[in-house]
Amino acid sequence: MSRIAEELTAAELQSAPLVPPADWRRQLGRSRNAWVGAGILLMLVGVAVLAPWLAPADPFAITGPGLSPPSAAHPFGTDALGRDLFSATLRGARVSLLVAATVAALVLAIGGAVGVIGGYAGGKVDAALTRVTEMFQVLPRFFLTIIVIALFGPGLDRIVLTLGLTSWPTLARVVRGETRALRGLGFLRAAEASGASPVRVLVREIIPNVLPAALVVVGLAVGQVLLLEASLGFLGLGDPEHVSWGSLAGQAQGFLRVAWWLPLFPGLAITAAVLGFNLLADALTEVLAGR
Amino acid sequence: MTPWQFGRRALQALLAAFMIIIVAFVLVHLAPGDAVLAIAGEHGDAAYYAFMRARFGLDAPLPEQLLTYLVRVLQGDFGQSYVHGRAVAAIIAERIPATLLLTGSALLLSVGGGIPLGVAAARRSGRRGDAAITIGALALHASPAFWVAQLTIVAFAFRLGWFPVQGMETAGGVHGLGAVGDVLRHLALPALVLASQQLAAIVRLTRSGLIIELWSDHVRTARAKGLSDRVVTWRHALPRALLPVATIVGARAGHLLAGAVIVEAVFGWPGLGRLLLDALQSRDTPILLGLFFVVSLAVIVSNILTDVAHAAMDPRVANR
Repeated sequence: MSRIAEELTAAELQSAPLVPPADWRRQLGRSRNAWVGAGILLMLVGVAVLAPWLAPADPFAITGPGLSPPSAAHPFGTDALGRDLFSATLRGARVSLLVAATVAALVLAIGGAVGVIGGYAGGKVDAALTRVTEMFQVLPRFFLTIIVIALFGPGLDRIVLTLGLTSWPTLARVVRGETRALRGLGFLRAAEASGASPVRVLVREIIPNVLPAALVVVGLAVGQVLLLEASLGFLGLGDPEHVSWGSLAGQAQGFLRVAWWLPLFPGLAITAAVLGFNLLADALTEVLAGR
Repeated sequence: MTPWQFGRRALQALLAAFMIIIVAFVLVHLAPGDAVLAIAGEHGDAAYYAFMRARFGLDAPLPEQLLTYLVRVLQGDFGQSYVHGRAVAAIIAERIPATLLLTGSALLLSVGGGIPLGVAAARRSGRRGDAAITIGALALHASPAFWVAQLTIVAFAFRLGWFPVQGMETAGGVHGLGAVGDVLRHLALPALVLASQQLAAIVRLTRSGLIIELWSDHVRTARAKGLSDRVVTWRHALPRALLPVATIVGARAGHLLAGAVIVEAVFGWPGLGRLLLDALQSRDTPILLGLFFVVSLAVIVSNILTDVAHAAMDPRVANR
């Protein structure tokens, strides 16, 4: 949905020093927010990988009475068919992790490449890439994904692909700005003057300096994409083959009067995952801005 | 903004509109099955398909088809809905007022609530009140709209019974002045939920902008003149801190509409979101494509308005 958090941070990153502090990783290690965020994400990965072994039941199997509230046997309660919501919630982590990882890779690859090339090459290449970036920025991602699903049928692959291919503009803009600014600095000129090839300058000098800021934007973008994917699942547009947190919340919709636990736990899981990405990104922003 | 700059901006917007139509066109033709199914939706009869085929020139070569499609869409002709038996544009137009009422109220509530909260947090920066507001905004920003909506329904509609659960008015019920109150009672929860999604961003932005402003030279000067804290904050520091807030509010049109779809789905609000859900269920693709174009148009227009407003408020932008 929103690219706003990304845009906000983009503005903040612009006022940060160009070259990140040499020990930014260590500084990040001293931030409490970073640890909380990293802890949440580690848990997400752990749960996603180990879901079949952690879950007490098959999320599709009927294991108890329908619509029973949380109890020792069913910590998150059961749904209308008597399926264990705890097991389903654990299993839902897989879709979220898959979406997060793939979209992060796509955004980093496309946005990073467009930004670095435009910022380093300058001139006409830069102008053309900037136009393309602006065009992609006005595409309403949520509605576009709905069209894609309506035309091509449901499936996780097309959701991930559509969201990944439309979520990179903010990253491209941040990377472009940083790269352009870096170009004017002495150590880059020195490297160029000493005969380093453009590729070498990019890999050795530019990418290491741009990377932390890029990670901030990717982190926020992934958080927003998780929310989008959950919203699609909620509307029943997710992949019917997989349990996702959004689809669990969507199935809860008809039972809000009788079963508060049905919407509560899947939504809590989504919020926690998104919060994890946002906290890490915020912590890194603070390190880069020197606060 | 000079007329020249505005013209350039408008040209960019037109290009963006072209691109959006081309994207839709490409998707329609890439989709499995006959393109007429994608443009006209399923469940049609042969005569209807022949009519749509002729209308969108689907027997012509592809470049010609694209041209026809561009012209049709730019004229606001999104085709016919077989399910409704009427023009898509007319069906969409009918639903716009309900969605405007919802999004407009949400916008007012989020700006009216978000700025004072952001100011309160910035003035208590680093203390307990700030931490509470910041954490609240952080959590709200990370929570999906449908979840907040579901929880408010469970709490305020079912448990406490303060608000109606569904819809925009009581069926066959109230007339006259009571009808306005009836709609407002139905509006309260969905508008608050939609507002809460925008509120989180506005609070965060107001807070961070104001904290920087409160340390700036012109604010220090204002303080040195002996002005009260309140006047310094609201009259001297805040206007400059609000510049990015205004930009963000305008840039969030797409987000607001996506949020509206979700909120309408949960509360059964009879606007564009409901229409989208119904169209998904009946595989009424002309409606879906029409909604995609209308939302894109709203995003493009609101981007231009934001740029114009930004230039009017900040001369540095206008002269760039």
